[in-house]
Parts: sequence; structure tokens; C-alpha cells
Amino acid sequence: MTDTLMTFLQTLSNLTGVSGNETAVRSAIKPLVQDHVDEMRVDALGNLITLKRGTGENPMRVLVTAHMDEVGLMVVGHTSDGGLRAEPIGGLDARLLPGLHVWVGKDKLPGVIGLQAIHRLHGNSKVTPVNKLVIDIGTTSKDEAQSAAPLGTPVTFATQFREIGPAVTGKAFDDRAGCAVLIALLQGERLPCDVYGVFTVQEEVGLRGAQVAAFAVEPDVGFALEGTIADDLPKPKEEKDVSPTTELGKGPAITVMDRSYTTPPRLLSHVLKAAAAEGIPYQLKQPGISGTEAAGITRARGGVPAITIAVPCRYIHGPRALLRPDDMENTLRLVRAAIARLTPETLAFT
Amino acid sequence: MESTFELLKALTEAPGPSGRENVVCDSIAARWTPLADEIRVDAMGSLIALQRGDGPEPRPALMVAAHMDEIGLIVTGIEGDFLRAHALGGIDRRVLLGLDVLVHGKCDLPGIIASRPPHVLTSAERGKIIAWEEVYVDTGLPEDELSSLVGIGDHITFDRELLALKNERVAGKALDDRTSIVAVTLALQALRARNHAWDFYAVATVQEEVGIKGAITSAYGLAPELAIALDVTFAAQHDDEAPGTFALGKGPTIASGPNFHPQVVERLKAAAKAEEIPYQHEPVPGGSGTDAWGIQVACEGIPTGLVEIPLRYMHQPVETAALQDIERAGRLIASFVARLEADYRPRWEDEL
Repeated sequence: MTDTLMTFLQTLSNLTGVSGNETAVRSAIKPLVQDHVDEMRVDALGNLITLKRGTGENPMRVLVTAHMDEVGLMVVGHTSDGGLRAEPIGGLDARLLPGLHVWVGKDKLPGVIGLQAIHRLHGNSKVTPVNKLVIDIGTTSKDEAQSAAPLGTPVTFATQFREIGPAVTGKAFDDRAGCAVLIALLQGERLPCDVYGVFTVQEEVGLRGAQVAAFAVEPDVGFALEGTIADDLPKPKEEKDVSPTTELGKGPAITVMDRSYTTPPRLLSHVLKAAAAEGIPYQLKQPGISGTEAAGITRARGGVPAITIAVPCRYIHGPRALLRPDDMENTLRLVRAAIARLTPETLAFT
Repeated sequence: MESTFELLKALTEAPGPSGRENVVCDSIAARWTPLADEIRVDAMGSLIALQRGDGPEPRPALMVAAHMDEIGLIVTGIEGDFLRAHALGGIDRRVLLGLDVLVHGKCDLPGIIASRPPHVLTSAERGKIIAWEEVYVDTGLPEDELSSLVGIGDHITFDRELLALKNERVAGKALDDRTSIVAVTLALQALRARNHAWDFYAVATVQEEVGIKGAITSAYGLAPELAIALDVTFAAQHDDEAPGTFALGKGPTIASGPNFHPQVVERLKAAAKAEEIPYQHEPVPGGSGTDAWGIQVACEGIPTGLVEIPLRYMHQPVETAALQDIERAGRLIASFVARLEADYRPRWEDEL
């Protein structure tokens, strides 16, 4: 199963799909799931909504989401000497952009982001804001740049998936890791309840796809599958809180609360019990950091209990993230176990 | 035969951090050996190829030097699953975060310069360039395996493919100074089919980025009558068009100033004009910061010239050059060498 998950991740990671431009990713996912689900459609925003019916033992409707979009840039201007000006799509760290290779547009036109040579800075070494950077694609005039990369052209990190040591690296693990887990979940055996597997759009610009998908599906409970931040580098000892957000190799990260929502205690306790019962390692994500689609699901219609289960990844939102395959495998096991053990009583107030 | 792009791709992607140039040296030697009458590596590691001239003995010698080393990092410690590292040469910390690197331990290990997620950083932290104390390299390996493969002092280089941009422009790492190595290779190819009176020594020097070391020692060893260094210069770019930058794609520069013998400068210009090679004039008021600076004061002093290839984003893993400028630099050197008369020696105006 790990090999299968890695194959999915490799395929999806190498595709480009910034928020609002997820078509390439959706097109790659469709053939991987269509023979394993009972219904499949694309909604108005571009969400890929699938239904895998249950065995009939449990009448519940379960929504499982993973977002297809990734952070990147959009071309917003052209310089007189043929360079491209760009603004971020989603949350980008300006410190990571200088020195990068990027892919411009769906044909992956190569470009680079460079700065004034260090020799000529005279000690003036500051972080350059994104709107002062230029993407150089080799064009030499404004006209040539405009025709090669018109306004609105999406730009992504030019990163190819690869294995390093016991880990794998690539771009857009947030959230192609979640997409890979969801594909594997849908390819697996039927669960007792109906599972709506939704590959969502526009998470990185405000959890937009999950919100409308949750409205359409009307689920009893929602699971958001994510690639989440591992912040497990060595840190200076004098820092007040040096505990990592999540750590690689410690199993799926379960969210108790983040900036965007709070997990209902009954659902949290259900997931933790499922992990314990099946001997699946897990960790609790440090509360209060970042936001996920569970927030979009929670607010749908009259409210839906939802939880985020995530693969810990180093360096998400950067050009090359890193994760351990066993963490992905355990995320799949945990979400399967948690869904299989659901009963209407799980969520009832007592 | 390899195209200029293929040649540059092979040479820029070969690792050659200052002090450990053997891999790129082998790659260059494979291409220079069939073009040379003699080839050797000197005590410091510089590669020296000789194409004999056809003038009467004792023949004067011309040295043409380009450095083959590149900037990189060096491992200073192991902390948990991560390596600590420091600069080897003039590393620009503004481009380090998130960078793909190769760690040259017992085997070559791909790695990433680790970065903390922006989600957990304060805005003040996000506004700061990373300090060396915060630089960690992640190879994905756990501590025990890592420490069995990597040790303090191992070298780290950028891991970057050469990219073809539009308009025959190319981007990648170590174009400083492999573009010049390519130009020298093109000159060696051209001069195999062309008469020249002087002995032509092509030298791929070591350790330029840590203090012009290989040029000084190889110039001493060869004691040539005349020397030309090839290097890169600053190309005008979006955030820097000030004096001291030169147009990309309008030809190599020929430098003048105290580092260079005026007659060598004039001969370089004449060699360009004679073969209709476009060039730009680069005034250098003091030290050129190139091999030419070291060579000029080797032995009793050597008349020296400098040809430079305009390069954007110098010392970053996206160094960008125009292929035409590299080819023109190669043609310029060949033209210069072919025009050295057997009895010519550099002289001062008041000595003529």
C-alpha cells in the first residue's frame, strides 16, 4: 500500500495546480477513482465530488476532503526589459523565492527568480518583498513577455518529486499528500457508511471548495485530510516554546483546535479510540496554528462535526516539502479505522 | 560534438566546490585531452592543457585561465537529524532557504536547506535573512545513518539543472565560472584547426572563490610571457542597471585598468574587431577580483588581460547568461591567440 500511496503522491506532486487552476490535478485523479466509486461529478467551483456507497450497515453520510490546489504565484505585470512581476496565490514565504526555478503557465515555461548580486549590495541585505521580485524567462521586451506569459498566468515551484533517504520530497505535499490518501481510501473496500470523497479547490485562498462541497453533500460528519506543518528543526534553547508543531515519523497529526475551528470533543475522542484500538501511532498537532478545511465543513448548513487528520510534512508552502511514507500509510489506516467504527451514537450528545 | 548548451550543462552540473574540484576537473579533462598536446594537473589541482605553437623555439607561452571551482557550503556539525553548515566562498544567504543541495559525504546525498514554516514565525522573523546559526541541511536521514555518511568538513554544493530560457539564455548554478571554461574549450577546438605561433596553455584553475589561489600558483609554474583570464561580470538586470553592469547578449567585456597591460587590452579589442565579434568595454579602477589579479603579480610580473561574460544574479543558483556571449568569448580568445606573432612581446608605449 505504501508503494501505491507514493506512486499517487509522485504523480500529483509533479502536476501544477494553483488555487483556481486545479484542472490538471483533477484530470489525473479522475481515472484513479472512477472505477472504485458509484457516482462522480464536478461542481460549479471545480470540486471533484465522488460517492462510494457503504455496505448499508450504517446509514451515516461521511464527507472526506483533500484539496487539490497548491500555493504559487500569478503574473500581474511585465517590465520594460521582459521580466514578469507576480503576486502570491495563497500563503507564500517571501524569503524562499529568490534563487528558485519556477514553471510559468500550464506549459511549464522555465523561469528563474534572482536578486542583485551580493557583491553589489554593500551590506544592504534585507528580505525582498514579493512585489519587488521579477521572474526572468529570457524574454527581452515587454511585448515578448506579455505574449509568452499574459497577465493572470499561474506560476509554480519547478520541483520534481524524489526520494531522499527514508523520506520523499516534492512540491505541493500540502495537500497532494491528502489527495493520495483519499484516492487510496476510495480504492479500498467498501465501508459500512456512504463515503463522499471530495477533492476540493481553493483551500489556499480561504477554504472555499470545502465550504460548498459540504453544503452539497450534507454530511453527518467530515474528515479533512491534510499535509500539515512539521516544525521539528533544532531550535535555540532560549525560545519560550520550542515544542514542534508536529514531528516526522510519529504518525498522523490530529487537530484538537487550530486558527480556523475546534474539533468537537466526541469526534476527537472517537478518533483517538480508533487509533488506540488498531494500534495506529498518532500525534496531536500543537493547537492554534494554521487553518484547514474542517473549518469550512463545520460551518456548512446547520453545522457539521469535523476533524482534520494530517500527514506531517516539513517545509510545506515552500519549493520542496519532505515527508515519511509510513506517516502517510498510518494516516490512511487511521481515517479508515475512524470511519469504520463510526455509529450514529458516536456523535450524539448524551 | 556537444552543443554549447550541452557542454555548459555537463560542466555546470558537475560539482566542484573550492578545494574539491576533482569531479568537475575530470569532466573538463575528458573534453580537453583530445584537443591538447600535453595535459596535466598541478600540485594545487589546476588542470593545464598545452596546444603547442608553430613558431621557432624557444616559443613564448600564453596562459588563458578560467576558474573551475564554485561556491558552496561546508559541514560544521551534526545536530539530531540535521547538518549544520557554513559558507565556502561568497554565499548569498538570501537564496539559501528551501534550496536543493548535494552533500558530498561518503556518497552524494541530496538535501534541502531547512526552513521553519511561516505559519509559526513572527512577522519580524519573516523579515529577516537567515543567519548562519539557523542554517540546517536536511538529508531525510536519521541521525545515526547521517553521522555514518557525513562528517565535519564535507562539502555541499547547489543541486541545480541548467535551464534553457527564451532567446538562447541559460540559468543555473556555477555559471561563475564554467561559462568561461566553456569559452576556453571552444577556443581550444577552434585553435586545433588554426595556426598559432605561441604555445597556448589553457588552465582551469582551483580555489578562485576562496582567494584566487590556483591562478597564483599555476601562473608561477608556467611563468608565461602573457596571460588572459576569463571570468563573469555583472549583467544589467531588473534591480541593478547602475554603472558597473553590462548588457546581457551584447558580447563579452574587455577590461581596462591597472590590473591589465594596455597593449594586451588593445590587442584583445583588435582581435574582436578583426573577426567582427561584438564586445563591451569594462573599466576596472582597481582589483578585478578575478584570476587576472593574482596572475599579474606572479613571478616577476606578467602582462595580463581580462575577458568577462555578463551574468545576472551572480552567486545565486539561478545565474543567467546568454549562450551567444559565451561563444563570442571563445571566438575572441581564438582570434587573439592566432594573431600573436612569433616575435611579439608586450611593450610599454615609451619603450617602442
